Amino acid sequence: MTDIFWLIPFIPAMSTLILAIFGQKLPKKYISFQACFAVFASFIISVISLVGLLQTSHESYPLVKNLFSWIHAGSFKADLSFQLDPLSAVMALVVTGVGFLIHVYSVGYMANDKSYSRYFTYLNLFTFAMLILVMSSNVVLMFVGWEGVGLCSYLLIGFWFEKHSAANAGKKAFIVNRIGDAAFIIGIFFILIYVGSGEFTAINSAISGGAITQGVATLIAVLLFVGATGKSAQIPLYVWLPDAMEGPTPVSALIHAATMVTAGVYMVSRMNLLYTLSVDAAQVVAVVGAVTAIYAATMALTQNDIKRVLAYSTISQIGYMFIGCGVGAYAAGMFHLYTHAFFKSLLFLAAGSVMHALSGELDMRKMGGLRKYLPLTYPTFLIGAIAISGIPFLSGFFSKDAILTHAFASGQYFVWALGILGAVLTAFYMFRLIFLTFHGKERMTPEVKKHIHEPPPAMTVPLVILAFFSIVAGFIGLPVVFGKNLNWFGHFLEPVIKKSHEAHLTLGTEWLLIIISVAVALIGILIAYIFYIKKPQIPHSLVARFPFIYKLLYNKYYVDEIYNATFVNPTIKGSELIYDKFDLKVIDGAVNGTASSASFFGKILSYFQTGLIKDYALIFLLGAILFIAYLLF
Amino acid sequence: MIPLSYFLILSAVLFVLGAVAFFVKRDLITMFMAVEVMLNAANLAFITFAKSASSIDGQIIVFFIVTVAAAEAAVGLAIILLIFRQKKTIKSEDINLMKG
Repeated sequence: MTDIFWLIPFIPAMSTLILAIFGQKLPKKYISFQACFAVFASFIISVISLVGLLQTSHESYPLVKNLFSWIHAGSFKADLSFQLDPLSAVMALVVTGVGFLIHVYSVGYMANDKSYSRYFTYLNLFTFAMLILVMSSNVVLMFVGWEGVGLCSYLLIGFWFEKHSAANAGKKAFIVNRIGDAAFIIGIFFILIYVGSGEFTAINSAISGGAITQGVATLIAVLLFVGATGKSAQIPLYVWLPDAMEGPTPVSALIHAATMVTAGVYMVSRMNLLYTLSVDAAQVVAVVGAVTAIYAATMALTQNDIKRVLAYSTISQIGYMFIGCGVGAYAAGMFHLYTHAFFKSLLFLAAGSVMHALSGELDMRKMGGLRKYLPLTYPTFLIGAIAISGIPFLSGFFSKDAILTHAFASGQYFVWALGILGAVLTAFYMFRLIFLTFHGKERMTPEVKKHIHEPPPAMTVPLVILAFFSIVAGFIGLPVVFGKNLNWFGHFLEPVIKKSHEAHLTLGTEWLLIIISVAVALIGILIAYIFYIKKPQIPHSLVARFPFIYKLLYNKYYVDEIYNATFVNPTIKGSELIYDKFDLKVIDGAVNGTASSASFFGKILSYFQTGLIKDYALIFLLGAILFIAYLLF
Repeated sequence: MIPLSYFLILSAVLFVLGAVAFFVKRDLITMFMAVEVMLNAANLAFITFAKSASSIDGQIIVFFIVTVAAAEAAVGLAIILLIFRQKKTIKSEDINLMKG
């Protein structure tokens, strides 16, 4: 029953093909049905595979299905082969499950778009590429998926390419990702050199067999992680994600919150033996994650664009996942990935629903008091915000707590402190968002106000389902304080992820950590409540008191400007210089020189071609005489 | 018995006459005739050698040349006729359509 798992990526691929070829001619209803059904079918197969996987003994993990040999060159071999193990099963379930809900939501959200079939073609293509990425059994095929999702991200960010900003955002995402991917592919080359094979099983046995020294492991791990900072929007390559919000909102939910941006976390978890071997690389991962978590959270504090707040929040939350991976708690990182997929896509979809209601308005300063107009969006948004803030018994609480507890247990107190500080900020900016959007004075323009309405069921039903999972998803990974062996999620991932040699905390310490993280979340919410409901003048006076800090945050630390000044503009200037001096003069000169020398010799030869028959005959005769003379003498 | 060299000298004289006529004369018909003379000079040389060597090969080649010359005369005269219709002249120096 489990050997049908290769169909999981196959079905969306077929659907993409049909939509790409016939999409223009098919009716909208059929397109919606096929696109959603393809992902749903993959979801069902993922569930079946999961059930099959649970019945298989751990010794036979991973199940590999080799479809055909893709590259065979000398000793190098890369096959089109998929594997099923707990890690890829979790990812496949998240991608197809959340992906299906977002497909359904898109049916409502994109209903009036003129490029309806193109949208769903891209969305299905993305699902396909993402499934390739998470299910491939070797790094080479994983890189295909890795690039495939990058391409779809580019296509979907620039989906409304008539808009200049959207086209630019797409390009930015693509180019920034190229930088990371360059490092990533060099890392893959090193794997192929030192291991001799790209298969994950071969890599793992090479590492556990001691074929890879610690130095090599660090080199590879850091290179791969640079790739992950690009794809997963971590410092220093995070700059593309806020701009990526130019894309349609469901795309932001699917690609730039739930699935693609977490590919880096998946990759690090997949390579967990490598990062366990290289302590330095793991430390880099943890520190980059922690710094990103707090850095992005501070930027989210001052943004007024509802989607950009969520974008910075996503960067910050992925930082938490990397903290988990960096301190050796890969299962906790994956757990946060899994819960984050639900509540962050819920938040994005709810934000999309707000935009839908307000005729595309994104600026929170022009919202407020929406609570009574959007009776369904409000509670779902609230659930998402509570979940991400880490209030007990919602999913985000368990996963964030698992990460922070492990960080503390592994002695990374600095990382833990940053995480706690980030948690305060998270709670604060999420509730700032809630209060500005749904509470307080109504700041909409009258004509926008007239049109406020709840979205159609295609959009609200996914919201409700995601809200449900945002509440309950955490219960499969309960912390140890609620009893031993309740962390079913971590237990499930154990065959893939080697148990870390963590120092055990006493139950008291665990309780203390939980109380601290709950307390900071409540403090964050309380501050937001005071700032935006009780005394709305406080933020203004703070801005007046600390204009420098406010400006710094509001302008996102001027990182875009710094990058423009140090990398982008010199590159453009240099390219223009090379175009002017080298391309136009040297390259074009060489090409034109070849052509003009050919025509010069042609001109000389054409003097002999007079068109007069007698000249030809004369030359012919002279030639014949010369030839005979040659033969005779 | 006439010596072999007489035939060959005659053949050479005919060939040179043909070649000179080809370069001296201006109208295409005469030039065409000069070509025929050159061809027949070659024929004579072939026949001569065939006789002296008691071989039939030379005679066979002569038959080929005569046949080809007939075909070539038909095509060549047709071309000249068409050129005349088009350009109202058959002076070789007026015809340089293929000038590069």
